[in-house]
Amino acid sequence: MPRRAGAPEVNAGSMADIAFLLLIFFLVTTTIETDAGLDRMLPPIEPPETDVVIKEKNIFQVNINKNGQLLADGELIELKDLRTKAMAFLENNGDGSCNYCQSGKKDPASSDNPTKAIISLKNDRETKYGTYITVQNELVGAYNDLRDRESERLYKRPFTSMEAEYIKQETPASVKEELKEKITKIQEMFPQKLSEAETSSSGGS
Amino acid sequence: MSKFAKKKSGELPAVSTASLPDIVFMLLFFFMTVTVMKNSDVKVENTLPNASEIKKLEKKDRVITIYVGAPTREFQKVFGTESKIQLNDKFADAGEVGDYILMERAKKPQELQNVLTTSLKVDKNANMGLIADIKLELRKVNALKVNYTTYEGDAFNNLK
Repeated sequence: MPRRAGAPEVNAGSMADIAFLLLIFFLVTTTIETDAGLDRMLPPIEPPETDVVIKEKNIFQVNINKNGQLLADGELIELKDLRTKAMAFLENNGDGSCNYCQSGKKDPASSDNPTKAIISLKNDRETKYGTYITVQNELVGAYNDLRDRESERLYKRPFTSMEAEYIKQETPASVKEELKEKITKIQEMFPQKLSEAETSSSGGS
Repeated sequence: MSKFAKKKSGELPAVSTASLPDIVFMLLFFFMTVTVMKNSDVKVENTLPNASEIKKLEKKDRVITIYVGAPTREFQKVFGTESKIQLNDKFADAGEVGDYILMERAKKPQELQNVLTTSLKVDKNANMGLIADIKLELRKVNALKVNYTTYEGDAFNNLK
């Protein structure tokens, strides 16, 4: 019997499959927005039991006053010069025991080697938070630049990217294991010793 | 011959709407997954500073958030324009931070209690004095891992 109706209806059965395909595509490609920021460790409140004697020259003193001006090792400097200053201090290599430091000036008045160098950051109670974060960022940046350079030399990839992969949840455990070893190695070369002392009050009290 | 003639005379078939629910569900799922649930309204100005050397805060269940900033316009009449700390839904003094951290920590499962991070979401115009007070409180309750939460960007934009 010949068909009396018009053109046959388009088969829409596969539409659902297409829809699900799209759904899965979006599910896989969208990353839920995560917060990001500067990770810091605060010092414990109990003072260490044994007093550690640190030589004055191994401390890089950074002071921020309430107007956002910067005093680094007794000199008034611009914020944009802070990173190079801090890197020069870390890499100074005063006692010559650091064989991976490249631009070490061997200045006897600056740090002995990167493992001994300490950066101390002090700020005023009236310092703007934005300025403080900029300074923190530059100091962390100084460490990261040095670590990246060494990491590129040893493992052919930047330290920061290794670290980012390491903290990602999706990274398989075997890769993490391998990364951890490399990360610890680099961290030992340039340990991040960034001390945040208590704030001084501007009133002079 | 009649076979072909019939086709011409027929009406256009209606577009099938059987897959419409699928499309709608797809959109629904999409929005469900990308939406971040906020459990508290931010009652303070919260323009975070920019930084470039940032690390991602993975694992949301291990984060305790503290907001700091000047109260927004609707709260300025009551709380003034000075920077305030916001814990959960209410304004608080620096002295209450320690208790808040201990309370939040107690809510988390046992195995996470030692790996918590405190995320400080501080407005870039806040003063460091308040932050110093918070840091002291955090040290008192041994919550030493902090994250100064920022936007990604050039850090020198903060100075403008």
